[in-house]
Amino acid sequence: MVIRGGTVVDATGSRPADVLIQDGVISTVGSKVGSVPAGTVVLDAGGCIVAPGLVDLHTHLREPGREEAETVESGARAAALGGYTAVVAMPNTEPAIDSAAVVRQVLELGRGACCDVRVAGAITLGREGRLLAPIAEMAALGVRIFTDDGAGVQDARLMRRALEYGSALGVVLAQHCEDASLAAGSHMHEGEWSSRLGIPGQPAEAEELMVSRDLALARLTGGRLHLLHLSTAGSLAMVKGAKASGLPVTAEVVPHHFTLTDAAVASFDPVFKVNPPLRTADDVAAVKAALAEGVIDAIATDHAPHAQEDKEVPFYQAAPGMIGLETALALALTELELPIERILALASWQPAAIAGLTAEHGGPVAAGRPANLCVIDPTAKWVVDPAALASRSRNTPYAGRALVGRVRHTVLRGEPVVIDCEAQR
Amino acid sequence: MNAREDAAVASLHTPRPAAQGSSDDEDRGRGARDPEDLGTDPAIPPPPARSHRHLLSIDDLGPDGIEELLHLTDSFVEVCARPIPKVPALRGKTVVSLFFEDSTRTRLSFETAAKRLSADVMTFSVSSSSVKKGESLRDTVETIEAMGIHAVVVRHSGSGVPWQIAGWLHGPSVINGGDGWHEHPTQALLDCYTVRRERAARGGLLPGRGQRSLEGLRIAVVGDIRHSRVARSDVLAFTALGAHVTLIGPPTLMPPSLAGWPVEVSHDIDSVLPKLDVIYLLRLQRERMQEALLPSLREYTATYGLTRARARRLPEGALIMHPGPVNRGVEIAAEVADLPSSVITHQVTNGVAVRMAVLYLLLGSGVDLAAA
Repeated sequence: MVIRGGTVVDATGSRPADVLIQDGVISTVGSKVGSVPAGTVVLDAGGCIVAPGLVDLHTHLREPGREEAETVESGARAAALGGYTAVVAMPNTEPAIDSAAVVRQVLELGRGACCDVRVAGAITLGREGRLLAPIAEMAALGVRIFTDDGAGVQDARLMRRALEYGSALGVVLAQHCEDASLAAGSHMHEGEWSSRLGIPGQPAEAEELMVSRDLALARLTGGRLHLLHLSTAGSLAMVKGAKASGLPVTAEVVPHHFTLTDAAVASFDPVFKVNPPLRTADDVAAVKAALAEGVIDAIATDHAPHAQEDKEVPFYQAAPGMIGLETALALALTELELPIERILALASWQPAAIAGLTAEHGGPVAAGRPANLCVIDPTAKWVVDPAALASRSRNTPYAGRALVGRVRHTVLRGEPVVIDCEAQR
Repeated sequence: MNAREDAAVASLHTPRPAAQGSSDDEDRGRGARDPEDLGTDPAIPPPPARSHRHLLSIDDLGPDGIEELLHLTDSFVEVCARPIPKVPALRGKTVVSLFFEDSTRTRLSFETAAKRLSADVMTFSVSSSSVKKGESLRDTVETIEAMGIHAVVVRHSGSGVPWQIAGWLHGPSVINGGDGWHEHPTQALLDCYTVRRERAARGGLLPGRGQRSLEGLRIAVVGDIRHSRVARSDVLAFTALGAHVTLIGPPTLMPPSLAGWPVEVSHDIDSVLPKLDVIYLLRLQRERMQEALLPSLREYTATYGLTRARARRLPEGALIMHPGPVNRGVEIAAEVADLPSSVITHQVTNGVAVRMAVLYLLLGSGVDLAAA
């Protein structure tokens, strides 16, 4: 297979080059790959960026347990269409991914999928926040990220132990930062809009208290901490300070926190209900600034599919979450005033490093490397149509939104899984 | 319907231009009169050009719309005072009360209003319905719409539910009968109406020409503002009509942010009392103690309750109001609730007339709803 006529962009820089792929591996990268054997697949990349495949640190694939919302297969297809060649599946399934058996099940489900499906394990059994899950047994199967995502680990002593225990295994403890008592009963951000709409809110401090606590615990234990979907100006300021002091902490943000504010809830459409909640315009500006300053390591999606019956209910009963795999890159390209090299760093090689996937994903586009690539047309204009998305669910808050920049082709281990914006299987 | 009542009804009704497909068999026995041409009741003005399909928020009406509705209410207060308080204005229309949260008072008030306008009333009771069997909100609402109805009055414990329902329905009007902590627009309208009417009845200064109905009045809303849909709608309505509103209560019962609210806030009821034209007391839910919002009812009453001593410090002619049901001895002393200056029962009476005006405004113009 050959990808012709594009500009290769990776961590080493950018140059116009064709990319020849043989047996799932990049064989030649150069301005002239020469003649190719008859029958070679040719992907046109004229005017496009050829980049390492994207890596999502934060995907809810819902399997096992919520297959009506998403399956590993459908979620992986959505990921491939969004340019991802690897996703980390969150463990808040039913049952939770809190044992070697469930890890094996999800990895098995992902074996034939359109992207590389990796798994995050739960920190605590059943994600109940009481007893440690078998972290070492899961790590032995290749699990590198542990989180109770959907909820934060509330007990400070337990989180301390998890960081200590994980430090011997080289794993990352990823926290959904939300103080459960301060956030109790909330359905949106607490502030001007929640007050006006009469919807109970959670203050920014519910997130910030746990960010503050976990930074302290990371300092105490030397454990490797990753902060999921940070959403407030205060959280970002604390991460900036912690990084300046040399703490090895990483952090991600998600597109809805740099594109939407809590004012969207005034429609009472549960599609705008998400956790952490949509924040204020000041927070959105802070997220954008943190991305520009390099405080943030990754743009993740927090792709959270929900069946229609879990969203067409009163706001307070609706499940929180938005789908995002198929819109994340385009939102970043459209809304962030950052060069595409920076956006790709945030969406590909930096998250690949956090997830321990650099041997296969996010690495340079160079001879000898596994052919996990995406081809992006940075000028393509398109409008989000929920019905046209590959996810089983339709809960995107971006219906009708015009975006600029789209993934044209995605190549997984040398196989073109997406050609001209169409999934091939 | 006896002959006398029939005659009364026949003489009291409104024009129904272009009403659709109405074959009104109640009109049999009245000779050859065309049911669409029964003449007009001089007491009831023709409805203004229909600009609203739903009444979801007080903001939907705007200051002029509220004034217009209060004006329209005068006519229905007059109707309600008649020996046979019934007009055929909405004959052939079906109004459904869809109450997902118990509220006998508001439901009865709406149903009485609809019946006095000769609408057919269906009551959807959640406790004995398909909702108990797990039917979704959307399916419930679409099923009711499929029966061919003209309006639903929605009460739900979830803020915003009437907006969602309005988005799902194609034809019927949606009237917000109270959503969560968010809004209760007909309560606010009846409160405005009661203030206007009782001020006039007690010889209070009336607004001059060109002034809003509550221009310059000083109104305090006291108590649990945070959890109160009544407070949110009242603040919008009172201020739209020119009143100065002060919210009084402990910080734990205030909304987390008052940015954009055109109000003052006080935590000292005693300093505000002597300057008030109206004191509006909110019901205090007893479960607030469990949420660490208050230490005790006793402390609340001592700090914010309208005790006898405090009531004596209100200016002459000041009105005492409450949306009900009253917690006697908590937010208001029992004797105070029964003072002449307490207009709590007037609020209930006016509620029926205001809701008649709302139903008439939304349904009575005869404009084809599907085309609206």
